[in-house]
Amino acid sequence: MDELKLYTWIAVGGTFGLYFFLAWWARAGSTSEFYAAGGGITPLQNGMAIGADWMSAASFISMAGLIAFLGYGGSVFLMGWTGGYVLLAMCLAPYMRKHGKFTVPEFIGDRFYSRTARIVAVVCLIIASVTYIIGQMKGVGVAFSRFLEVEYEMGLYIGMFVVFVYATLGGMKGITYTQIAQYVVLITAYTIPAIFISLQLTGNPIPQLGLGSTLADGSGVYLLDKIDQVVTELGFKEYTTSSLGDVEMFAYTLSLMIGTAGLPHVIMRFFTVPSVKAARQSAGYALVFIALLYTVAPAVGAMARFNLMNTIEPAAGQNLEYAERPQWFKDWEKTGLLQFEDKNGDGKIQYTADATTNEMVKVDRDIMVLANPSIANLPNWVIALVAAGGLAAALSTAAGLLLAISSAVSHDLMKGVLMPDMSEKSELLASRIVMTISILGAGYLGLNPPGFAAGTVALAFGLAASSIFPVLMMGIFSKKMNSQAAIAGMCAGIGVTMLYVFQHKGIMFIPGTSFLGDMKPNWFFDISPNAFGSVGALVNFVVAFTVLKLTKPAPQEIQDLVTNFRTPHGEIAAAHDH
Amino acid sequence: MEDKQNYWSENLRLIFICLVIWFVVSFGCGVLFVEPLNEIRLGGYKLGFWFAQQGSIYTFVALIFWYGKKMNDLDKKYNVEDA
Repeated sequence: MDELKLYTWIAVGGTFGLYFFLAWWARAGSTSEFYAAGGGITPLQNGMAIGADWMSAASFISMAGLIAFLGYGGSVFLMGWTGGYVLLAMCLAPYMRKHGKFTVPEFIGDRFYSRTARIVAVVCLIIASVTYIIGQMKGVGVAFSRFLEVEYEMGLYIGMFVVFVYATLGGMKGITYTQIAQYVVLITAYTIPAIFISLQLTGNPIPQLGLGSTLADGSGVYLLDKIDQVVTELGFKEYTTSSLGDVEMFAYTLSLMIGTAGLPHVIMRFFTVPSVKAARQSAGYALVFIALLYTVAPAVGAMARFNLMNTIEPAAGQNLEYAERPQWFKDWEKTGLLQFEDKNGDGKIQYTADATTNEMVKVDRDIMVLANPSIANLPNWVIALVAAGGLAAALSTAAGLLLAISSAVSHDLMKGVLMPDMSEKSELLASRIVMTISILGAGYLGLNPPGFAAGTVALAFGLAASSIFPVLMMGIFSKKMNSQAAIAGMCAGIGVTMLYVFQHKGIMFIPGTSFLGDMKPNWFFDISPNAFGSVGALVNFVVAFTVLKLTKPAPQEIQDLVTNFRTPHGEIAAAHDH
Repeated sequence: MEDKQNYWSENLRLIFICLVIWFVVSFGCGVLFVEPLNEIRLGGYKLGFWFAQQGSIYTFVALIFWYGKKMNDLDKKYNVEDA
């Protein structure tokens, strides 16, 4: 066993041991602890746990890789996945915390005084969360395949097993403490290599400043200008201005933002804080911890792209000999996620924007963050740390999502609607069965994911954006909003979005079932399926307000309920009937 | 009842101010006006690019804490703090 492998086993094994220990140590007893950890968590702790929950394989493993190749266009992820917290902190979290329920469908069911509304919300939530988990599975598969030096498929199977053991072991209480540990591991693993690389390239140890600095080679040229020059010489689009198009940038960012504020596994976190004030604060702390990674990510992306280009072509025309390729190149070739084809037979690697001469036939975006420290020749322990961090990110989010799905089915659907007199024990059992089915389903779909991890996760955000977010907003800000309007809005919003996504990406992402190719000429107003959630949300709002005009407004007691949860003071009688 | 109404409208006003800023730094500076802003440099950063990849995120954090602080004051003013 070589040094790198040894370190990786120690880092991954050690951190996993810690998570399992914490999950076991704080394992859940009653159902109320299982879902919401009894309410005794401080805003700072909760913020950190939300950070870990939030930053998944998409943020850690995938996002910087996408930014590396999209350049400015990658900003949609940066703004989109942080801006939603502003909406959460001001428009949703405080009032939903005041109302005081365990799950999002429960809130929707109460506010719209309708069992049907609750069931529709459960279905929307499951569709969005399962899509989200497919993205995580892709990330887990990439991380395990590299770490264990197996093919991607094998890495995915191993990942499914680990997620399964982990998620069924502890409920949210276990998860809250483990997630704090996971946050620390993942942020350390993300920033240490970034600091090293920033120092190497620019002499500035702070990546956020390094990205705006001059190169350390004494040329006095700014890093970003140099990247622009290198990539345009090979025919790629200029890094700092390569836009996805104004409409797409706008719609994509909006979809991710409102999806953030509509994803149940994040909103659920705000039910575990002790007060309305703490709910507002938690959102702030969460974003601080998230911003630590999100402001480093653009530096990681840009520097990874620069190092990759420089390794393959250190100076114009002096391409790397394939026979002399570095070890990381060989390692990633084993996973099948990096492929080279010597098209012109000169034994050298040509990497260009032109598909006919480009010899790097496959560079999976999702390998960039994990490969980054080796490309920059960082010490082996740093590389090992990144592997552990990537797995922490994927695992924590997968567990949080599985909890949201299982509580939606067992708590909202079965106990809330189908079998109200179900015992706590069978509710726990049901939730574990649901988790198992979800893992198997998401794992199967992860074999042929509908995109890179971050892209797949973006689809999940679109689905949440088009269904859950608008009804929560209308439920809080419009007293008159009634059940018929909310149900029609949710169905129309998610319906339109699913139709658009599935016609381009395949029904439930099963390959070969798409009836329109996923290509630009088929897009509505140049909006990609990943960004379509914002259109879906608009449809949701329009349909709901139209139906409201044609039907009677919500009854007085519901309007009083809304008045009540708009102010922090006072109890809501129905809030603690569990 | 009157009080609750006023509390809510003051809250709405605060939310509105915050969301205007939220929109301007992200969709405004980061997307719609990115090209003219890119003419201005912030060290090695083009300004529009900086807003899209750094500045908007810092502003979001500041906004949430500012709103939280303002709302705590408002809760005190109307005496509606929770236990």
